[in-house]
Amino acid sequence: MAEPTIYELSSPGRIGVRFPECDVPSTPLPEDLVRKELPLPELSEVDVVRHFTHLSQLNYCIDYGFYPLGSCTMKYNPKVNEEAARLPGFAYTHPLQPIETIQGNLALMFELQEYLKEISGFAAVSLQPAAGAQGEMVGVMIIRAYHKDRHEEHRTRMIIPDSAHGTNPASSAMSGFEVISVPTDERGNVDLEKLRQVCDENTAGLMLTNPNTLGLFDENVVEVIRIVHEAGGLVYGDGANLNALLGICRPGDLGFDVMHFNLHKTFSTPHGGGGPGSGPVGVASHLVDFLPAPIVGILEEGDVDEPPLYGFETPIKTIGRVKAFHGHFGMMVRAFTYISMHGKEHLRKISEYAVLNANYLMARLTPVYHLPYKRTCMHEFVLEGKWEDAPGVIALDIAKRLMDYNIHPPTNYFPLIVHEALMIEPTETESKQSLDRFVEVMLKIAEEAHTQPELLKSAPHITPVGRMDEVRAAKDLVLCCWIPE
Amino acid sequence: MFIPHTDLERQEMLRVIGVNSIEELFDAVPVQYRFPPINLPPALTEMEIMTELQDLAMTNESTRDLISFLGAGAYNHYIPAVVDSILRRGEFYTAYTPYQPEISQGTLQAIFEYQSLICSLTGMDASNASHYDGATATAEAAILAYHHFRGKRTKIITSPSVNPQYRDVLCTYMCGYKDLSIIGGDLDPLSKPDQLIPLIDFNTALVIVQYPDFLGRIFDYTALGQKVHEAGALFAIAVNPLALGLLKPPSEFGADIVVGEGQPLGIPLSFGGPYLGIFATRKEYVRKIAGRLVGETVDNQGRKGYVLTLTAREQHIRREKATSNICSNQGLMALAATAYVSALGKNGLRHVAELCYQKAHYAAQEIAAIPGFSVINDTPFFHEFVVRCPIPASEVNDILLEEDILGGYDLGQVYPGMENHLLVAVTEMNTREQIDTLCEALQEVNNG
Repeated sequence: MAEPTIYELSSPGRIGVRFPECDVPSTPLPEDLVRKELPLPELSEVDVVRHFTHLSQLNYCIDYGFYPLGSCTMKYNPKVNEEAARLPGFAYTHPLQPIETIQGNLALMFELQEYLKEISGFAAVSLQPAAGAQGEMVGVMIIRAYHKDRHEEHRTRMIIPDSAHGTNPASSAMSGFEVISVPTDERGNVDLEKLRQVCDENTAGLMLTNPNTLGLFDENVVEVIRIVHEAGGLVYGDGANLNALLGICRPGDLGFDVMHFNLHKTFSTPHGGGGPGSGPVGVASHLVDFLPAPIVGILEEGDVDEPPLYGFETPIKTIGRVKAFHGHFGMMVRAFTYISMHGKEHLRKISEYAVLNANYLMARLTPVYHLPYKRTCMHEFVLEGKWEDAPGVIALDIAKRLMDYNIHPPTNYFPLIVHEALMIEPTETESKQSLDRFVEVMLKIAEEAHTQPELLKSAPHITPVGRMDEVRAAKDLVLCCWIPE
Repeated sequence: MFIPHTDLERQEMLRVIGVNSIEELFDAVPVQYRFPPINLPPALTEMEIMTELQDLAMTNESTRDLISFLGAGAYNHYIPAVVDSILRRGEFYTAYTPYQPEISQGTLQAIFEYQSLICSLTGMDASNASHYDGATATAEAAILAYHHFRGKRTKIITSPSVNPQYRDVLCTYMCGYKDLSIIGGDLDPLSKPDQLIPLIDFNTALVIVQYPDFLGRIFDYTALGQKVHEAGALFAIAVNPLALGLLKPPSEFGADIVVGEGQPLGIPLSFGGPYLGIFATRKEYVRKIAGRLVGETVDNQGRKGYVLTLTAREQHIRREKATSNICSNQGLMALAATAYVSALGKNGLRHVAELCYQKAHYAAQEIAAIPGFSVINDTPFFHEFVVRCPIPASEVNDILLEEDILGGYDLGQVYPGMENHLLVAVTEMNTREQIDTLCEALQEVNNG
């Protein structure tokens, strides 16, 4: 039985939350600007709580079970993060308060900038971008601003490997770049020969995800970066896969010029059902002046008795502001908490165990699932979800069948260079028991694919709804349960 | 930390993989860059980090420690407990984007309800699942308009009383679009809607105004909307959704696109984010909206349900042909707004909006009566207004802060020549006593 909408639950005259009566003399309302109708639902507080509790029970989530969604880094979100972000001193500060009244916030942001610099090997970090895609757009804008500043505006071509996230080409195109694709070689690395062929005086840069979306560390990464730099281009690092690299290597050391971080992937801030994310950007020393404004700096040095005075600074050649205020501060508090709890002793373990878990799953699954690129993976790997002797079954069916076993499906149909891709990222927070259960289920599904394929084709069976009619959704387009008159 | 492995389990896993140590798994990393020292402070336990964070948080003086009249795009409102209790459900906040509808109906229906509430408030036909904030939603409106005219109209007009940060973000976003010009921002900040009309021509793609505007004023934009449409351009209105609990919906002014900052709907100030970018349009532009959309449909057994729809527009399918690179929304913030509006309902939202209006007007009248101070809004306003001070607004704020009052926003920071002007916001959180305290402190400015 479907949960009714809040409009269907509404009962005229019902009141949820009450507010105090007006304690000031009344001023007439501007009648010609006052609305006649306010077609909103009317519910009690109990109605609201039950409704959203019912809805929540229709969701799968990390708190419930294994979520091996490749490229998304669905690690456990520590509960302490939520307490931290809700401390009244953080949650109730206004973004435009005088800096003397917000030194705690600024100190936290400054320290987080420093931590991210140390972890990545970059010279400076801006915390402003709202999400990975926006961080990526900022990275591309910085590259454009750099070339413009050097009077090399003819550099209009952005090179993007065919394994890249779809946001890479979209961000480049949005910033006015022409996108040039380079293929992946048979070991899963950027094809060096092809890269050399496309690099020239019109090259603005390369957008590189490393480890790439196959979960493979590019064995020639230093050479790839050298080729692009030699042509006068810059190299952008997509930080979506940073969970493989903490304490393992620093993108700044490898020669990347600019990179975004996903606080909601690597640094455990919750995904929130699709956001908010947070996508800080780090840059090498030659790009520091282009960062989006503002960034947090020290205005007056402190001493033994006095902490420093923190404040906002605007880089001199800044690309400008990319969102209102200073970024997703609530996410910064969570990421700061997470990094502080790992410290210098434990940070590297995050990536070590993320990579251990991925290789363990890969080792156990490859006897049954085809692995197109056969070498040690990093934090994720990509299998093919099909068998020649089970012709009707595709990756989608495997994904849907997993739901019947209470496991969230891996990412499927990405990366595009693998047919029927199943992209699996276990993260470090899963135990061996949890991984073993996943293996058991995956092997069982492989068997079912051969013996009872109809079980997969009609899956899932135990979920609140079955496979949805997406064609109808797009054709009829019902986006709102309230019909304007 | 949050890694559950025992030594024995690690060894067993390494054996299955066929390596002797975890380090061996990183052979692909160039050896000279492998395992760099990371100089972070020593690890803290939960107990220790909470103490440190409490100390940091207490270094701040928040809007709970001070009497606040600061707005300018982020507003101090009461958030009923029910809102956060819903947000704190792990089923919502630890879920991913609802790409698998069979196990994401909770998130999907909540977003569908959010879209519906935004349509109810704005009067528009369709809302997306949200953008990052009001500023980026405004930039997305410009991108939609640019593509709607296939790049053939190259002028975007913004009223100077659109939030200056929104205009900044718009400029940053649009600087990669060839031949595009953004004008209007340098008009007199106090200019009225009809002063935008001379700028509109057949090369205009979009006209953007704000309602209530950055200075708190509320205008009837019907006449402006007609002029915009006569020139064949699109009309966007940036709104404060809470004000729409009281005010005419922007659809009545002929808006083609409504954007706005959703923070007033149950989202904490949180030093500027995360907030909620509202984006709604008429149905003819639905297929051009960036960001996610949730649509109603049925499953293979005919049961009603919801899915992400029109995904063919999105970057992960269209790659460089996509008109936007967005791949997230402010899911949890949209849920907060949905819970807030549901809990307040029709009457509660109207009541809060009226409290804001009444208290702001009381404050304005009292301040206007103080010698040396005047309120320069000569048109209706909602919950924010401009005070002309006898001395620079920054100095007024310094004096008020001595009295534990966050005075308001110093307009000289964004409008040259308005150094003596303070933008004062009043919400339901401000009691009459607080307003009277503000007035007494302003009185002192004269005496000081």
